Amino acid sequence: MISLYMAGNSWAHRMPARAKLLSLFAVSLLVIPFNTLWFSALMLAVVVVLYASLGKRGLEKLKAVRPLLWMMGIIFIVHVVLGDIEQGAIAVLRLLAMVLLANFISITTHMEALMDAVEPLFWPLRVFGLSSRRMSLAVALVIRFVPVLLAVYASLQEAYKARTTRSNSWRLLAPFALHAIKMTDHVAEALIARGGADGFDR
Amino acid sequence: MSSDRSLVHIAFYAALIAALGLMPKIELGLAGGIPITAQSLGVMLAGMMLGPVRGGLAVGLFLFLVALGLPLLAGGRGGIGVFYGASAGYLAGYLVGAIVVGAIMKAMRNTNVVFGAVVSGVIGGIVVVHALGVPVLAYKAGMSLDQAIMVGSLPFIPGDLIKVVLATLVAHTIARGLPSAILSRA
Repeated sequence: MISLYMAGNSWAHRMPARAKLLSLFAVSLLVIPFNTLWFSALMLAVVVVLYASLGKRGLEKLKAVRPLLWMMGIIFIVHVVLGDIEQGAIAVLRLLAMVLLANFISITTHMEALMDAVEPLFWPLRVFGLSSRRMSLAVALVIRFVPVLLAVYASLQEAYKARTTRSNSWRLLAPFALHAIKMTDHVAEALIARGGADGFDR
Repeated sequence: MSSDRSLVHIAFYAALIAALGLMPKIELGLAGGIPITAQSLGVMLAGMMLGPVRGGLAVGLFLFLVALGLPLLAGGRGGIGVFYGASAGYLAGYLVGAIVVGAIMKAMRNTNVVFGAVVSGVIGGIVVVHALGVPVLAYKAGMSLDQAIMVGSLPFIPGDLIKVVLATLVAHTIARGLPSAILSRA
């Protein structure tokens, strides 16, 4: 599966993941009182410079905002309709800046480094028997399950198309769920047969 | 129920939520051909099938993977950025919503599965999700609550109601075909 991560060795890649996350958190709190147009614009400009510092590939990553643009458009239009264009511009610029800043961490930090960085946050979940080993297994299982589920759905779609000439229907959801749950049971059995999530070495 | 089995089920529903967001959109004739992204359908199903604890963990695991940078949200969005966007509240709503769906489903385990699914889906899957999503949208977008409801809530209610119907259909089918899979009623 494609992750947002962009391989590289820039200053941002070398910065520890935890430091990046903490700075993001700090920035998100510090900017709250500054509610002016020029500040929001400056913030967005600084974030764009961060992307530019990664080179041409970094600038290409700015297109991550594309799926957000319609939402930004609606927010802006609501403000224009209310006659307060400035507030609309502030809200949109600030949202873009914060989303891009957070996204900057995603493109410069490897998934495993991020996982290690946030691991201490999960200690309350130990109540549910969650160890870091189980966490990694769960993450790996999800990443493996997603394409399998899509394949299961695609095969149901194909059969449906052969019967009806239409390619998709809500009618496929229930059989899809049944198929997929059965498959999960097999996976669980296979896992238990191999000693479970903790393996045989304990 | 062994904890290994729980782990696989939690991972499965997290993957289901992701897969439903990536799937080709289902166009519903009765909704005037509005394409529906099925992501919140997966959230409802996780709560309905797994109950509050495991359902919540499944959604939490899904959001964790999104935060780690996998573009699993509908429309291929992902990364830490989405938690700073205008729709961040809806993501928190998914988590709390799944827990509420699961809790209601569990509390109603002795009643009809269809009734339980509809009630839990409407309260947990719609009311809770929007109750958390709208204030955050209003704050982030600098709008009043009324405006945020107009923009971020009302247009999605019809689709959400259809998703409750679909989740109920799936729950009903599974209750007949594979009753042991509805862990919230076990």
